Amino acid sequence: MRLYLKYVSMILKCQMQYKASFIMTIIGQFLVSFTSFLGVYFMFSRFNSVYGFAFSEVLLCFSVVLMAFSITECFVRGFDVFPRLIKSGDLDRILVRPRNEIFQVLTSNIDFSRFGRLFQAVLMLVYAIPASGVVWTFEKAAAVIFMLIGGIAVFSALFVLYAGISFFTIEGLEFMNIFTDGSREFGKYPLSIYGEGILRFFTFIIPIALFQYYPLLYIIGKSDNPTYIFLPLLGFIFIIPCYLFFKFGVRKYKSTGS
Amino acid sequence: MIELKNISKTFKVAKRNAGFTEALKALFKKEYALIKALQDVSFTIGDGEMVGYIGPNGAGKSSTIKIMSGILTPDSGECLINGRTPWKDRINHVKDIGVVFGQRSQLWWDVPVADSFDLIKDIYKVDEVPFRKNLNKLTELLDLGEIIRTPARQLSLGQRMRCEIAASLLHNPKVLFLDEPTIGLDAVSKIAVRDFIKTINRENKTTVILTTHDMQDIEALTERILLIGKGRILLDGTLSELKKRYCDHKTLTVDYFGDILPACDHMTVFKDLGGHAELVIDTSFLSVSQAIAYISGVVDVKDMSVVGETAEEMVVSLYKEFKI
Repeated sequence: MRLYLKYVSMILKCQMQYKASFIMTIIGQFLVSFTSFLGVYFMFSRFNSVYGFAFSEVLLCFSVVLMAFSITECFVRGFDVFPRLIKSGDLDRILVRPRNEIFQVLTSNIDFSRFGRLFQAVLMLVYAIPASGVVWTFEKAAAVIFMLIGGIAVFSALFVLYAGISFFTIEGLEFMNIFTDGSREFGKYPLSIYGEGILRFFTFIIPIALFQYYPLLYIIGKSDNPTYIFLPLLGFIFIIPCYLFFKFGVRKYKSTGS
Repeated sequence: MIELKNISKTFKVAKRNAGFTEALKALFKKEYALIKALQDVSFTIGDGEMVGYIGPNGAGKSSTIKIMSGILTPDSGECLINGRTPWKDRINHVKDIGVVFGQRSQLWWDVPVADSFDLIKDIYKVDEVPFRKNLNKLTELLDLGEIIRTPARQLSLGQRMRCEIAASLLHNPKVLFLDEPTIGLDAVSKIAVRDFIKTINRENKTTVILTTHDMQDIEALTERILLIGKGRILLDGTLSELKKRYCDHKTLTVDYFGDILPACDHMTVFKDLGGHAELVIDTSFLSVSQAIAYISGVVDVKDMSVVGETAEEMVVSLYKEFKI
């Protein structure tokens, strides 16, 4: 952990070398996610509800998903840009150091400019918590926190899976963005609005609904099932196959020439 | 102790011809070629040895280094380094080795080198006291005093390479792999790097395995040479043995007063313009001093120079002999 903090301060030092670029990227990140907020806002200004979800309820869901995603993107960025590590041969450097590979990939890149997006998410959540009209109880607050943790787990697992695939293709596979960036975008709305099939897919195959849809139902009072509070934690199970796949990729690693 | 036994590694490489239509075709159907990067590679290197690993581009040098440093897993064969198999016990194995890839950096680009060193210290869990001692020694030997306060991106190639070598020795490894450490360096830096490698090999008994295309590196540093070509070890011997085998001819250029220079046994006249002659002597029968004595006996010598085959030419003839 101490070593992790050292890495963090090292990376922060590096990114601060280019102050103007760093600050502009943060602002840019904020603006990009702000426009997608505006999209939701204008939609609700025409239609008062979408599939029975009110604006503030959707906002609650959107802010938690965005928060989980931006935290993941900041700290698990190393896996997101993993194909670069393979192409540049920096993975060789990682493999000759006596530390766990996952740890070293995590510390190869931490993108603090994602704080712009995180800030946006926090603002939305601060607005949505009182506006949603939810009677907040201890259980419901716990559900929000579990949503966030579960979300980070599932998004991290997706990044690891993405990195694992790039061992076999060298180039990253753009279709994987459907599940990473894409799930941030679908994740704005509770997944049930996309239909039964999609909901099932995102429950059992790629468990995004576990941290997004089911706990939300409990929080806004559409369901009384208290197991929904803990459902997001099942997202951690999804990390296991993704991790094993990545490990398998390391064994098959070909390295680049020189 | 490094032991490799029958190591083989095959790469699957996608192949296509140049051109847009070919690229389009390759999108749907890829053709693969199997490249045997290493075939049955076996050798043993003792502790404290310094070995030059040579061969043309694409012969499998880097692949061998990568297998020995735990980056690649071979298809078959055994490799034991200090009693460990690199790819099975990677983390413990790499604690004992240092690796310098001449074309890749291990320093953090935007921060002073000293910060990188400090982080490396924590990665390898080196204690403060031995770290300071080691760093002071490396700073002195490699003349890093001012350099380590500069961000890596502002260093010249020679300065950076010195820092890279220092970075890979901070944890006092038992084995040091150097993959083309002098590539692109100027003469002064090259000599500094060579002297340094010699020093640590002598003082710390560090085993050094060096791949290079610069034969002067080999001449200056290593006694033993491993030659690899097309994925096979072709030759394992000492430099002086090789020289004996491949450098048995020397050329003498003589300027003299007189008309003609008659040759003796084991000496052939390559060119004689009357007053200027080029002679080739077979050093296995006739030594240079004997030849000079003979020449100065028959003609009045104005000027004379002796040229032997260089290590570079020797390698060319080696490559030719093995058809690689």
